[in-house]
Amino acid sequence: MKNIWAVFKKETKCYFTSPVAYVVIFVFLILTGFFFHSLISWFNTQSMQMAQNPYYMQQININQMVYSPLFHNISIILLLVIPLLTMRLLAEEKKIKTDELLYTSPISVLQIILGKYLAALFVLFVMLALTGVYSLFTFAYGNPELPAILCGYLGLFLMGAAFMGVGLFFSSLTENQIVAAVLTFGSLLLFWILNWAAFSAGAFWKDTLNYLSFFQHFDDLTRGILDTSDLVYYASFAFFGLFLTHSVLQSRRWR
Amino acid sequence: MIEVKHLTKKYGDLVAVNDLNFKVEKGHIWGLLGPNAAGKTTTMRILTGYLPATDGQATVADFDVFEQPNDVKKVIGYLPESVPLYPEMTVTEYLGFVADIKQIPKAKKREAIEKTIVTSGLRSVRGRLIKNISRGYRQRVGIAQALIHDPRILILDEPTTGLDPAQIIEIRELIKSLKGERTIILSTHILAEVTQTCDGAVIINDGFLMASGSLEELTASFAVKKAGVHIRLRSASAEASALFKNMAGVKDVRPQDGGFTIEWSPGADLRDDVTRLVVEKDMGLLEMRPLGMNIEDLYLKIISGGMPQ
Repeated sequence: MKNIWAVFKKETKCYFTSPVAYVVIFVFLILTGFFFHSLISWFNTQSMQMAQNPYYMQQININQMVYSPLFHNISIILLLVIPLLTMRLLAEEKKIKTDELLYTSPISVLQIILGKYLAALFVLFVMLALTGVYSLFTFAYGNPELPAILCGYLGLFLMGAAFMGVGLFFSSLTENQIVAAVLTFGSLLLFWILNWAAFSAGAFWKDTLNYLSFFQHFDDLTRGILDTSDLVYYASFAFFGLFLTHSVLQSRRWR
Repeated sequence: MIEVKHLTKKYGDLVAVNDLNFKVEKGHIWGLLGPNAAGKTTTMRILTGYLPATDGQATVADFDVFEQPNDVKKVIGYLPESVPLYPEMTVTEYLGFVADIKQIPKAKKREAIEKTIVTSGLRSVRGRLIKNISRGYRQRVGIAQALIHDPRILILDEPTTGLDPAQIIEIRELIKSLKGERTIILSTHILAEVTQTCDGAVIINDGFLMASGSLEELTASFAVKKAGVHIRLRSASAEASALFKNMAGVKDVRPQDGGFTIEWSPGADLRDDVTRLVVEKDMGLLEMRPLGMNIEDLYLKIISGGMPQ
């Protein structure tokens, strides 16, 4: 535990002493802020029009009309920025040869991986927490449902955690950060759009592909539906990423 | 303390280390000597548990490197060939991180860092970012990193490369001062490093063990016994050559760079007579040194492939 903490501390410090975390968070907040602003403006005009008609009045729902699309947008931005956050984690150690220090110290590969992974999750958490500012406005001027919003955030965090597992894996394969980022981005995008192939597939493949797709599991969560199967999906995705990373690093001992 | 038996490491078809055997006793400094690409770094990486060996056995402080890697990692301090530094950290931050992963208890951490900063001579740069300090200081940070948990065994891979002569001497002194309780093994391709800091050496070339033993043993067992001297004279004339040849007991006289190589039968010692003659005939003695192979000749011969195993 102490070892994990030591690695976590070092990695977190590393994120926040280099410009990486600041730039990524800055760009992330600019983009999400822009999306939030446009969605709110659109919601305003819509609700003004809808207010004319008592039937439509019933349909106005800020969670459905602002938060659900906002979470979808944020998830796309995460797809873009998470490879940039994870690419450094293991590739850099190999590049500057500090892995030799880590692997000759009395600390296990698992502890190294967990320390690094948790540091990345911490940055993700900070990033998402900062977007909470937007909700101050919606709560001040409207009455959104908090549990549904939290459910959406949970979805984003879990999805980000799964992305980071994949990112960490690709970072363990290479000493080139760009290669790690491109491979991470490519495979995440592939998993994202996997359900497109499901449209024309047979019954078995349709279900399988749908299940494997990131998108399918995220949709429910943005609408405030908490389904354990979705949570299990993301958790197992992250676990699988970490497991592969562990195997890659451990295999060094048998080569 | 450190023992290697039939150690072999292959990278695919390339054999980096071939059937290596040697032993380093407790409290000694030994040099792993060989030209570049001889297998020194590979051997050290195996000893530290960074790389697995293809075959053979290595024990460090009575722990098997392959069976009990964690016990080994606790008792060794390792300075790799390229110093593993994080450029974005300050020296103190870096040592703090190393102290953490070397599992120094929190109560002793501060003291350990302070002590290492003093022994490694890092006081003046402790607050600076590692990317901004000079090569010599980086090397010291590397050594500090290896020392911080007060290990019983130090493995230093080329600790003085890339340093200027004054820094080399400082680092050598530092290494010598660490001797005593610790067993140290350092690698180098420079012979002087071994003769000045080490008690013994393991000479390897192309992954093969060429020779190993204490410095005395090495010189004694490999020196070709030849009696005689090289002399260098201000005026080395043919006349002088004839005079030496005529001395009683002299077997051979050959002219050599501004002087002669004078050989006599083993057992005899004609140094006094040669000197007397030189002075009497006013030949102007510039230099005189005994024949026979010193460790430097031995090393050169070994690495140029001239010496059988």
